[in-house]
Amino acid sequence: MKNLLMATTAITMMSGAALAEDVKIGVILGFTGPLESITPAMGAGAELAMAEVSESGALLDGSTVTSVRADSTCIDAGAATTAAERLVTADKVNAIMGADCSGVTGAILANVALANGVVMISPSATSPGLSTAEDNGLFFRTAPSDARQGVIITNILQDRGVNEVALTYTNNDYGKGLADAFQASFEAAGGTVTISAAHEDGKADYSAEVGALASAGGEVLVVAGYVDQGGSGVIRAALDTGAFDTFYVPDGMVGEKLNENFGAEMNGSYGAYPGTDNAGSGLFVELAAAAGFDGTGAFAPESYDAAALIMLAMQAAGSSASADFKDHVMDVANAPGEQIMPGELAKGLEILAAGGAIDYVGASAVELIGPGESAGNYQEIEFADGVYSTIGYR
Amino acid sequence: MDFLNAIVAFSNYVLVPGAAYGAQLALGALGVTLIYGILRFSNFAHGDTMAFGTAMTILFTSGLLSMGITFGPLPTALLALPFGIAATCLLVLFTDKLVYKFYRKQKAAPVILVIVSMGVMFIMNGVVRFVIGVRDIRFTDGERFIISARTFKEMTGLKEGLAIKTTQGITVVVAIFVVVVLFWFLNKTRTGKSMRAFSDNEDLALLSGINPEKVVMVTWMIVAALATTAGVLYGLDKSFKAFTYFQLLLPIFASAIVGGLGNPLGAIAGGFVIAFSEVTITYAFKKVLVYLLPESLEPTGLVQLLSTDYKFAVSFSILIIVLLFKPTGLFKGKSV
Repeated sequence: MKNLLMATTAITMMSGAALAEDVKIGVILGFTGPLESITPAMGAGAELAMAEVSESGALLDGSTVTSVRADSTCIDAGAATTAAERLVTADKVNAIMGADCSGVTGAILANVALANGVVMISPSATSPGLSTAEDNGLFFRTAPSDARQGVIITNILQDRGVNEVALTYTNNDYGKGLADAFQASFEAAGGTVTISAAHEDGKADYSAEVGALASAGGEVLVVAGYVDQGGSGVIRAALDTGAFDTFYVPDGMVGEKLNENFGAEMNGSYGAYPGTDNAGSGLFVELAAAAGFDGTGAFAPESYDAAALIMLAMQAAGSSASADFKDHVMDVANAPGEQIMPGELAKGLEILAAGGAIDYVGASAVELIGPGESAGNYQEIEFADGVYSTIGYR
Repeated sequence: MDFLNAIVAFSNYVLVPGAAYGAQLALGALGVTLIYGILRFSNFAHGDTMAFGTAMTILFTSGLLSMGITFGPLPTALLALPFGIAATCLLVLFTDKLVYKFYRKQKAAPVILVIVSMGVMFIMNGVVRFVIGVRDIRFTDGERFIISARTFKEMTGLKEGLAIKTTQGITVVVAIFVVVVLFWFLNKTRTGKSMRAFSDNEDLALLSGINPEKVVMVTWMIVAALATTAGVLYGLDKSFKAFTYFQLLLPIFASAIVGGLGNPLGAIAGGFVIAFSEVTITYAFKKVLVYLLPESLEPTGLVQLLSTDYKFAVSFSILIIVLLFKPTGLFKGKSV
């Protein structure tokens, strides 16, 4: 809200400028639904970047940027498509920052962004399927694909000399996508996945699932689930029956809840989740604190970066039309050029206006690879004395 | 040694969890079967009655804990159980007076009562979620294990561990106790006998001066006690979540029907039949067979008949098979 106010004040102040236009960026996130607890910080992150650019007056001869929010619901593709349609046709947004969940992101891309030729940068959709989706060069994401996480898991396990694992995943797009990506990568590296079994969230009892996992055996159990849901249930049942002592926890499983639920029982287990130790993340947290929201929230830095990339690409293209600036997103995100940190957007815009090149680092150390997705930085964690702590970055 | 390992592995993953789950289903099925035998309809609200009873018990448990009362190594919830039962009694008696009595007076067909009970189910479901919320609640305290997998391995030197949770032990003991009391009540006391008479032949029972309202009331109270006990045992063993009791309805009805609706002995047998079929059919036998068979015959696959996703399909299939070939159930009950 505070950012919205800031943005609005900025607009009123700027309204006198001559050539300036009012650039609109749609912020479509699941403000209701399963991600509603993290989306406020994500939205605030994106709007922080917009307010920063508006205030600087450096974008396209003093243009201002306005955020138009819409609700993706995270799970209802129909509702998300309607909301995105409204952004493009009624609000006439120049670009879309979003969506959040993989399923609705794919739906909006196919039904709205492609049809209307609007650039879309998602901060949090991680499904590997989006890497190969048809996008006419319009779709980017500042979040890594889970295919990348599959490789990370493989590396961590093999560095620890683990060659045989059992795998269980939550039965949805995220779990299945991550499980398949990991299995492919692990087997290509010479490891064995003894069993890959789905578990349903929201059940009381996982002893049957654990029975099958234990029978298949393995040195480590990889739990690609949710910490608030079945993932913890599976770990509980595995510990109770003595089926497994060591667990690998991917991004959906890392949370304070693990310490609370299991404490010392998890000692010796390990995992990894997105994160970086670069200077940008620290700067972003400070900026966020000044703006009144929590910059450490999941995907909040990625949201700031997604919005920043849109505006930097516009500046590089000298136009706010998607068709013009879509080819410049990769250029501003990657080397060569001057490194741009969070809070230095004005500097980046000026360099671009003067014809220079920039390498946007931002809050999440953005490095776009392949079809325009983040290369991904992960922090490796390990449990000792009943709590987990970061032991390194990959 | 390999033979022992195989037996231990089988007990750990099939026998012990199956026995506890069977006892929980049996207690649930007893409630369903009593209603069917005496009030003559299938009570779909039974799962949510269990949820309500458990929710109440959880509230009383936290009350006791805040007063500093615990039950030593046993879960405090067992102390709170009588209060939970009392609260559930009030609820079902209230429901009976408000809803079922009306239809009973009208001598409504059983199918109407079934639909009515579905309505009651949705209301109760809403009440439970409203009172205690939808999140996962663990309310077990005290000693977690009678014997943990690690201790067992150290004690015996076997490669396989056997874990028996306190809650699993309590479940079986409490279930046996409840069943003994129930059968004593039905067979030896005057009220119990009048209930059986009412169940066997309503008209003759009325002629011989049995007060139907009293029979109905006592039945509901027993059902409330059974439902709350079953619900609390299930919640202690797994965890409490408002939705899971609704999902339990299918295996509970399958148990009651497989055993023979209206037959208490059948309900118990049915509970264990369903529980063990669910667990054994979805268990991957690779581990057990690797111990038992000579190396040349060792299986490479998982030797799993059905993936665990299809657990509930097992109850369905058994239900259908029994209804096709033995509509009155394994023990002679009423045909559906």
